[in-house]
Amino acid sequence: MSTLEVTSETTDAVVSLEGVRKTYHSGSIEFEALRGVDMRITAGEYVAVVGPSGSGKSTLMNILGCLDVPTQGSYHLGGEDVSTMSETELANVRNRRIGFVFQQFNLLPSLAAWRNVELPLVYAGMGSAERHERAVEALTRVGLGDRVDNRPGELSGGQQQRVAVARALVTEPDIILADEPTGNLDSGSTTAVLGLLDELHDSGRTIVLITHEHDVAARASRNLTIRDGLITADDLVGAR
Amino acid sequence: MSWAETFRTAWDAVRSHRLRSMLTMLGIVIGIASVILTVGLGQGAQDQVKSQISALGSNLLIVSPGSSTDSSGVRGGFGSASTLTLQDADAIADDAAAPDVKGVAPVTSSNAQLDTSTTNWTTSLVGATTSWLDVRKRNLSSGRFFTSQEVSQGAKVVVLGSDTASELFSGPANPVGQTVSVGGTQLTVIGVLASSGSSSSGSTEDDTAVTPISTAKALTGSSSSSVSTIYVEASSEDRLSAAYQEIDALLLNLHDVSAADADFTISSQDSLVETANATNETLTVLLGGIAAISLLVGGIGVMNIMLVSVTERIREIGLRKALGATPAVIRNQFLVEASLLGLAGGVVGIIIASLGAWGLPDLIDQPVSVSPVATAAALATSLTLGIGFGVYPATRAARLTPIDALRSE
Repeated sequence: MSTLEVTSETTDAVVSLEGVRKTYHSGSIEFEALRGVDMRITAGEYVAVVGPSGSGKSTLMNILGCLDVPTQGSYHLGGEDVSTMSETELANVRNRRIGFVFQQFNLLPSLAAWRNVELPLVYAGMGSAERHERAVEALTRVGLGDRVDNRPGELSGGQQQRVAVARALVTEPDIILADEPTGNLDSGSTTAVLGLLDELHDSGRTIVLITHEHDVAARASRNLTIRDGLITADDLVGAR
Repeated sequence: MSWAETFRTAWDAVRSHRLRSMLTMLGIVIGIASVILTVGLGQGAQDQVKSQISALGSNLLIVSPGSSTDSSGVRGGFGSASTLTLQDADAIADDAAAPDVKGVAPVTSSNAQLDTSTTNWTTSLVGATTSWLDVRKRNLSSGRFFTSQEVSQGAKVVVLGSDTASELFSGPANPVGQTVSVGGTQLTVIGVLASSGSSSSGSTEDDTAVTPISTAKALTGSSSSSVSTIYVEASSEDRLSAAYQEIDALLLNLHDVSAADADFTISSQDSLVETANATNETLTVLLGGIAAISLLVGGIGVMNIMLVSVTERIREIGLRKALGATPAVIRNQFLVEASLLGLAGGVVGIIIASLGAWGLPDLIDQPVSVSPVATAAALATSLTLGIGFGVYPATRAARLTPIDALRSE
């Protein structure tokens, strides 16, 4: 593999991991959660990372989400090398480039839906009028235009997760990172949230979905299987 | 992120935990209120003493007996013996010996019960000479003062203080011409003193009965020529220290003692104010110190709750970091939250102190003067406490790594 090729591949890819290793230390015990992961995700892809628990899935998700940095190897996100960034720089990258959807929704219970959605924009330093406008827009997009003033406690699980998706969308990030987004939902809400992700994919969003459920992974256009800290399979899913 | 946003986020957090925020503030509230009130009480007491002593007149010297050594060699303190006599007073009044002295008023004082046909009242009975009225700068509201003839004859007459008069003769009846009896001796009321103008109620200046010194001695059965105090008026305020020197030399000579063994004490208004202030200051510092400690405890309470709050809101912190909050933003949020708690505690404390300053004088008969400077200082202190004790929890929150924070259940 020539240097030239690597450069061109790096610039095309939204996400580019090369030889990423992550080692955790717990006292004298060393544990290698990722043992040299290479992966590329180009703009507009809908990728599911599948693997059993303990496979290194969560570690990969943390690194992809810039919540953690690799022990070794490099990670380029939108052309920026994020593997050597400081805490503050990483916070700014997360704010601009990544939209998170968590299994636990992670909404702030004391804030109305629109104020949860505008949070990333607050940290981006946007003015309040524009923030409100964009938050309401994002909520309308996920079908909650009539629930902007409700607090999370007044919404169903599925609705809460849709608020979380709206929050992930609102900054127009490079990738949407969904970590087991349906893990806490009943089947009806699961269908609704996955349908929403499909729609986002259709409108050109790059989505990375982390899951251990194969029928959820089947919704994506590409499946990466991770096992024991290594990518063991990279399949294009022809279902859609 | 702008400061306005940081402020709003912190305010939301304070508001969404109302009970806890109020309990956190309580320490600061109590601390600030007690600091303001103790300082106010001390200041009020000082002002009161100052005004009482000022009422004495600024060119007044007070000669009191004291520092005597008795036959067995035991030295007594201030006022422990009656070493001053009428002869001393006469000597001081001598123009040649003490040219800077304008007036001399020797007095005896004791407590006596005054009876009328319907009621009685115990007050301080002052035996005085005619010069008393001038030297003490007092006026009569009705009647007259006794004459020198009445003093030499021991006439059975009395001049009442305004409070004493109203206690004994309630109603519109003019006390002048009425009689009161002291231990069976009938005294005719010949005059009533105007109020001394001293602000505090219950001042002994207005609750008194003045008789000729000879009459007072007869009433108390004392035959000696000793007096309790000699009030001396200097010719002017500038001559006060000259008068002091003259009296000192004169009395040392008369009593035939050295300055080290002086059996009398001369004090001026200033020295009295100083003594009173010193006592008050010690008390104020002591109480203020205790109050300051409670303020410190309040500050530690803020830190404690903020630390609990950081632990409790660890997921929120993780989420905020995931959404792009930098460590500095998180730190500022918790710092502003702590200072809001401190400041709010300070404001409530000031309100409570003001209510206390307004209500306390009625309850404990002690003026409280809340100074704007002390109030501003208290506010600054509460803010500083909030920030100071917020630094550590805020730093802890800022240092949390987003995954650890998000992962915790």
